[in-house]
Amino acid sequence: MTVTHASAPVGKDSGGDSGTGSAAPRPHPRRPALGSRALRTAGFHLTAGMVSALWLLPIALVLVTSTRTFDDIAAHGVGSLPHSFTLDGFRQAWVDGGQQQALVNSMLVTVPTVLLSLGLASMAAFALSRYDLPLRRALLLLMLGGNLLPPQILLIPVAKLSEVMGIHDQLYALIGVQVGFGVGFYVFVLHGFMRAIPDEIQQAAVIDGASPWQIYRRIIMPLARPALAALSALSFTWIFNDLLWAITVLRTDTRMPITASLIGLQGQYVSMWNVIAAGSVIAAAPTVAVFLRFQRHFVAGLNLGAVK
Amino acid sequence: MALIGSARRSRATRVPPVVLAFVLVPLLAEAFWVFWPALQGFYLSLTSWDGLTAPGFVGLGNFSEMAHDPVFRTALVNTVLWLLLFGGLSAALGLGAALLLQQERRGIGFYRAALFLPVVFSLVATALVWQAMYQPDGLINNVLSAVGLGGWRHAWLADQDTAFYAVIVPALWRQVGYVMVLYLAGLKGIDPVLYEAAKVDGAGRLQQFRHITLPQLRSVNAVVLSVIVIDSLRSFDVVWALTRGGPYHSSELLSTYMYSTAFQSLRLGYGSALAVVIFVLAFGVIASYLVRAFREADR
Repeated sequence: MTVTHASAPVGKDSGGDSGTGSAAPRPHPRRPALGSRALRTAGFHLTAGMVSALWLLPIALVLVTSTRTFDDIAAHGVGSLPHSFTLDGFRQAWVDGGQQQALVNSMLVTVPTVLLSLGLASMAAFALSRYDLPLRRALLLLMLGGNLLPPQILLIPVAKLSEVMGIHDQLYALIGVQVGFGVGFYVFVLHGFMRAIPDEIQQAAVIDGASPWQIYRRIIMPLARPALAALSALSFTWIFNDLLWAITVLRTDTRMPITASLIGLQGQYVSMWNVIAAGSVIAAAPTVAVFLRFQRHFVAGLNLGAVK
Repeated sequence: MALIGSARRSRATRVPPVVLAFVLVPLLAEAFWVFWPALQGFYLSLTSWDGLTAPGFVGLGNFSEMAHDPVFRTALVNTVLWLLLFGGLSAALGLGAALLLQQERRGIGFYRAALFLPVVFSLVATALVWQAMYQPDGLINNVLSAVGLGGWRHAWLADQDTAFYAVIVPALWRQVGYVMVLYLAGLKGIDPVLYEAAKVDGAGRLQQFRHITLPQLRSVNAVVLSVIVIDSLRSFDVVWALTRGGPYHSSELLSTYMYSTAFQSLRLGYGSALAVVIFVLAFGVIASYLVRAFREADR
């Protein structure tokens, strides 16, 4: 249903001014008149604009709600136009709701996890892609397979394991499990990337007497920069947004990351939508910032390992 | 020349120990936090365990209990329904959005970013945004009243009949942009000459879509399908933040039921058995994904 519906505008595009059509100035048998083309462009912008507006509406709503007063929401309802402006919701979420601490916790987990898992994964990918290790392929797929496992099967044993090790309710446990669970996927993606680097570059370095560590550090890692940037942007959002692992290995409220804190906020400030909305804005801000700053890498990251 | 030859030979035969460590350290980290716990998970599914006393072996007892557990049945049906609805719609809408926004033209970056922005939100934040919209005095009900459909006003999340569908919408809102990115990359990879040739042959737009676009997207479809199935079975955050599986388990998924059984009812054995069911459902996808990856790694 949606597919046939959506195919119409595309047909228009490829019929009207497809890349090759406009690049090659030879006469086209069915080139549409100038007027109908303008009409199509207008139609496209109308459709795309409406879809975008629909998509941005919830975000706009939460931004507006976060700056309203509680009295305004109580009097007019959460779905009404704003009658007030205050940043008090942010203060309540940040200070009273404990989101300041939660954001710090999230960063304390996310940054080391991204660095550690990409560091480890790049080493494994380097070894697996540049050397003829025995069982090379089997190891690679084993590691990828671990990442594809549904986390539910691991929750109970991981909770117990961290208890036995005495790191239950510690951020280390969360970092540990996030690294262990994520590393397989990163190895797989980086392996594909590093395999494409020509052998000759490495051979030249070997002749010059470079050690494996130097080859890894000075040659392969700089060449793998695009993939590393893409994976960093992507994994930052994954780890920052995680809820399941956090509530599995952590117990104390003051150690919880921002996602769990947001759920706590929801319980603590029932129907105080200005505070909850402000909390959502705070929780979303870092990943949105990463997205806006590294948009290109981020999108590339989603395609890595998927579309090849 | 001879030097290069010997360098290559030595690379083939002798792997420096440091390179071995490069693989072993990450592998051990994964083995410790993933493979070893997974094995324990399978074992625990055969036990009855409260987390305090020693687990007692009950064989397949947990699984036969599921057969008589109405909540399990609801969660299983909902999970399958989630897979079909969430999966089907996010694939269809994602492809639709990609087709709409595939051509480079003025303003396209803004439209793409608009659809893509929710992807970076956490599902918890997404859920809370939508919870505000679903409130009895929220935006959705207000819009319904404004367009004269006041009779449809609803406590969307509190009603057993609507809670499940009300939870799918935010999940979709967030997923469509992701699927769109995958399809955009796929569409970019199609050789425009194919369309030119089809046009010369007099193929209409629908025919071009059916005979060129869809077949050319085959490999992307496979990826989207795997991503969707794995994501569906993992889906937890959005339901947990919105309804916790309620009211009366009407929006319960296997993942939420597993979590509450294990960590709230402290029935760790039964929870593990539920996790095994999730694993079994996911296994086909995992296996086929690995087969694909196997071919790719071979290249």
